[in-house]
Amino acid sequence: MLKTVLAGQIALVMAAVALAGGAEAQSLKVTVITTLTGPQAPLGEQIRDGFQLGLDTLGGKLGGLPVELTIIDDELKPDVAVTKIRALLESQKQDFVIGPVFSVVKAAIFKPVTSSGAFLISPNAGLSTFAGKACSPDLFVTSYQNDQPHSVSGQFATDKGYKRAFIIAPNYQAGRDALNGFKSRYKGEVVSEDYVPLNQMDMQSEIAKIASAKPDVVFVFLPGGLGINFVKQYRQAGLTNIPVLSTFTVDESTLPAEGDAAIGFYSGTNWAPNMDNAANKVFEPAFEKKFSYVPATYAAQAFDTANLIDSAVKAAGTDHDKLRKALEKADFASVRGSFKFGVNHYPVQDFYLAKVAKRADGKLQTEILSKVLSNDVDPYAAECKMP
Amino acid sequence: MILFVVQALNGFQLGMLLFLIAAGLTLVFGVMKFVNLAHGVQYMLGAYLGVTFAAHAGGFWPALVLASVVAGLAGLVLERLIFRHLYGRSELDQVLATFGVIITLNEIVRVIWGSSPLELAMPEGLSASFQLMEGLRYPVYRVALAGAGILVAVLLAFVVNRTRVGMLIRAGASNQEMVGALGVDIGGLFRLVFGVGAMLAGFAGVLAGPLVSVEPGMGENLLILAFVVIVIGGVGSIRGAFVAAVIVGLVDTLGRAMITDAAKALLSGPASARLGPAVASMLIYLVMAAVLAVRPTGLFPARA
Repeated sequence: MLKTVLAGQIALVMAAVALAGGAEAQSLKVTVITTLTGPQAPLGEQIRDGFQLGLDTLGGKLGGLPVELTIIDDELKPDVAVTKIRALLESQKQDFVIGPVFSVVKAAIFKPVTSSGAFLISPNAGLSTFAGKACSPDLFVTSYQNDQPHSVSGQFATDKGYKRAFIIAPNYQAGRDALNGFKSRYKGEVVSEDYVPLNQMDMQSEIAKIASAKPDVVFVFLPGGLGINFVKQYRQAGLTNIPVLSTFTVDESTLPAEGDAAIGFYSGTNWAPNMDNAANKVFEPAFEKKFSYVPATYAAQAFDTANLIDSAVKAAGTDHDKLRKALEKADFASVRGSFKFGVNHYPVQDFYLAKVAKRADGKLQTEILSKVLSNDVDPYAAECKMP
Repeated sequence: MILFVVQALNGFQLGMLLFLIAAGLTLVFGVMKFVNLAHGVQYMLGAYLGVTFAAHAGGFWPALVLASVVAGLAGLVLERLIFRHLYGRSELDQVLATFGVIITLNEIVRVIWGSSPLELAMPEGLSASFQLMEGLRYPVYRVALAGAGILVAVLLAFVVNRTRVGMLIRAGASNQEMVGALGVDIGGLFRLVFGVGAMLAGFAGVLAGPLVSVEPGMGENLLILAFVVIVIGGVGSIRGAFVAAVIVGLVDTLGRAMITDAAKALLSGPASARLGPAVASMLIYLVMAAVLAVRPTGLFPARA
């Protein structure tokens, strides 16, 4: 373990030295820090691939400047992430640090990155901590505030008039936040609020409880393997008559493993592969062609991040304060259609309910069903006073 | 009431899956005094091989046989290359080395099959389900899995208690040197036990494939439970592993189902929603502690 960490760092330092040696006067130094090992690696790979595609379609340049790209694996360990990012920033100042996937890592690298004079642009993690009072001028979030996707399902359940909801999440902070997010917009009765251990394999016990409680609707936030097990076993139990709303449970990162069992599951989201706009019609097919898998929101948000930086550098060059003004304008064509930043540098965007469907080529994807929230501002933005 | 029966059935079936993994582990631990943390990755290997063979060798059933055999062979290769040099060394050496095997094999699996989770479809013949309670259908496959566990238990019990090989295994477990001194090929006996253990883990991996996601690291959660099972059951005892697996499966499943509801009924507010799962996930360890307090060598210790 220690050896791989050390080897990784040595390789990193060597790469940084090599880069420094050959650097041109006017180039943009960009680092992507994401999770590339461990069970959550598929999500991190989507971030890396989405950003890479953005860079490639812009001819390897952002805002006309050549890019020196460094990619760091945070291993989903906050301490490892801090060590690696510090080592990099000390050897070479970065203009932009993009990442991470997970909020725990974001909380750890926030200070080292922003105090180094780089912009931290988060293509996925949308911690509430930095959305309110502690909002930062050097942090931009291109995904969402973490509460929002969950509240989409809550709003949808309310709109549909579902009276009794059964809700499940893993027993950790993000799980509790998810269920609170759902409840914040759900007006009906929550018949059961269940927390499962993060490493639970068999969901049969929860499924039996659902069958016995006979709710009108089920809401789950079961990321990764938990969700795969739940989806397969839910179908095997034949509970087809109760609709399942979800977040990060049926998305393109887990659908290949869930197979046909996932068809008909709902997901609250800000993007789906079939979204109908010009930018997405370029992005989605190009991504599948290059990487041979269907992109999920992670990749879409990372692609948007590349285009956001491109637009800002094009308008303002590399001056930090001018760049910030340009970033705030978000003057780029998002694959999500409408996209702008709120006062706290978190997105103000539309949210949708998507449904899992099978495409003509046999692959599964989520497809937009209806718009649930328009120009949604996260609940913490009002507390943010940008200096 | 019917919900309780359903949950008990779930618990029993989880217990059978645990037994398939714990059986090999307890023999290896009992006979060879060898702490094999890499037993969980052999389960994972079985699941991955199952996915590959199911796609390229004609479906689930051939895959079940082939993956079990290949997983067993892979276990023998590991024994030959690494584990053999660890017999008789301290537990710490064994734990460190087998932990290294876990990390290495997880990464190898990632390199070969990719880091995204994979799907193993249920066999056609068992994909039906039956009505167990209103609104809930129970997959036949789960019943078959429990049946497979019972079958393996009977078979192993017969081999260990009624055959010559079994006698040697039992003898080896209680006094290795004496058996060796009597002219029995201890090395060969160890290889046999190890191969069978690895094969059972692979077999369990394929069987679990249609129920859970096949992903790197899938063996680690189960490994901890399997160790709890063999400690409760008594190291080296097949009967102990079976009884303990059923206990752990039932306690874990029923505990999660009932305690969270009880906590909600007794307490109110957000604390109850957190307390229930916390207590429920501790439950099997409490059971283990209680068993060890009364019977330090487990419920059915292999007789010395």
